[in-house]
Amino acid sequence: MSSKAYEAGVKEYRDKYWTPDYVPLDTDLLACFKVTGQPGVPREEVAAAVAAESSTGTWSTVWSELLTDLEFYKGRAYRIEDVPGDSESFYTFIAYPIDLFEEGSVVNVLTSLVGNVFGFKALKHLRLEDIRFPIAYIKTCGGPPAGIQVERDRLSKYGRPMLGATIKPKLGLSAKNYGRAVYECLRGGLDLTKDDENVNSQPFMRWRDRFEFVAEAIDKAERETGERKGHYLNVTASTPEEMYKRAEFAKEVGCPIIMHDFLTGGFTANTGLANWCRDNGMLLHIHRAMHAVIDRHPKHGIHFRVLAKCLRLSGGDHLHTGTVVGKLEGDRNSTLGFVDQLRESFVPEDRSRGVFFDQDWGSLPGVFAVASGGIHVWHMPALVTIFGDDSVLQFGGGTQGHPWGNAAGAAANRVALEACVKARNEGRTLEAESNDIMTQAAKNSPELAIAMETWKEIKFEFETVDKLDV
Amino acid sequence: MNTTGDYQTKATLETFGFLPKLTAEEVQKQIAYIIANGWSPAIEHEHPSNSMDHYWTMWKLPFFGETNMGNVLSELEDCRRSYPDHHIRLIGYDAYTQSQGSCFVVYEG
Repeated sequence: MSSKAYEAGVKEYRDKYWTPDYVPLDTDLLACFKVTGQPGVPREEVAAAVAAESSTGTWSTVWSELLTDLEFYKGRAYRIEDVPGDSESFYTFIAYPIDLFEEGSVVNVLTSLVGNVFGFKALKHLRLEDIRFPIAYIKTCGGPPAGIQVERDRLSKYGRPMLGATIKPKLGLSAKNYGRAVYECLRGGLDLTKDDENVNSQPFMRWRDRFEFVAEAIDKAERETGERKGHYLNVTASTPEEMYKRAEFAKEVGCPIIMHDFLTGGFTANTGLANWCRDNGMLLHIHRAMHAVIDRHPKHGIHFRVLAKCLRLSGGDHLHTGTVVGKLEGDRNSTLGFVDQLRESFVPEDRSRGVFFDQDWGSLPGVFAVASGGIHVWHMPALVTIFGDDSVLQFGGGTQGHPWGNAAGAAANRVALEACVKARNEGRTLEAESNDIMTQAAKNSPELAIAMETWKEIKFEFETVDKLDV
Repeated sequence: MNTTGDYQTKATLETFGFLPKLTAEEVQKQIAYIIANGWSPAIEHEHPSNSMDHYWTMWKLPFFGETNMGNVLSELEDCRRSYPDHHIRLIGYDAYTQSQGSCFVVYEG
């Protein structure tokens, strides 16, 4: 290094940052970007620019570079691949040395990887498709406060997905009427209910009143059903101080679980709250408002699999993943790909599911996948097949829109769920035999029969906007 | 008297609590599922007044390595004869996840 001389000026990025012979280290953080460059700029130069701008580089050479060992710290573009069916874009793979990132901080990782580089003029579009977090980095992150196994033990829910619902109407109810809606859902057979993400502490229902009435609803439903119940009290607030105040009160009234919106609230708030939950024996449900702004465009932004991985590191016991079959966007294979990232201890590379790297999660606890949004009893066989047991299936309108009310709607969903789980365990194929399984189950449940009649024609069949590149 | 639409709260005891009680043949299929997954079948019982406790009393040790469904079924029957007024549940212990892959009440006390 001492042999280098300082030459002011602007160099091509690829001189330093395009290293096709580089073999990534086990400790490197790897990223795959889908890059769409401006016309005429060579791929290697664009890839190197992304590596440089998301790590040590800037547009001009600076003298102080010579005071450090940039060979040790720089990010390296080490591979370029075609995007199937897309001549305009390409994938670039970049390796970052682990020392570029503060331990236990997905905030720091994202600030580097999806920082200024996304506004770079030489790029038309840029999308972060996947990150391989090295196990050495994962070991520095707290992760889910409880995880799947601990939550099942606390709530005594085994051998099936849990059943939930978001309380509706999502805005405007008084605290006491809101608690009524919660109680009706829980007594009818749901395990969990949820504050809508928009519910924080508005004039029509202040948070403290809501927490008290909901706690009473949970307690009464538990006593009457002999089952454990919960409601995700949303503590997302305008400041961390306010958030912790609400979290403390949720614990004080005996609710087992609270809720946070990790993207609008931010990763710093989320990680802090996850740590608080771990210290206080509380479960943490994570909603994902704003995700589609970031992840839906196939050529620009951040794929949800990256956001899901970051959430598992930051901390949460549940994360919304879409439903595949309901009213919200979600490709089946892509969804299966990031659901694995939430729950498994090792996920191998699988391009058919959009997984670009092997990912070793080590001993980090798993996160329940939450399927919510425009689903009803007829979707149950598909949902149990797609999401398996380690999930929360949430039927909002599909519970509370039942002609006889929330309790009957909850019972209908619970009967359908248990009939599907029982049939699956018996070796039957749920999606192929769904009509038969559901019709048989409805014979013993008038609540399910009328639910099936109510929602029989409701489907959401639209083309997926963000398809996998295959 | 028309009670249509009057949903009565039920004490349901978690998984399969909303289905009609499983027949012996249906229970056998669930035992087969437990064994096929490599889980260990186990039986627990408890007086209904304590049903919310995390811990119920174990009926013997879990049946590690058991592959005969009939044996598990007859243990369920023995347990029921000994504790006719207790809830009795069948569990599949999953050593990999350190959780229970299956758990449901077979007999209500």
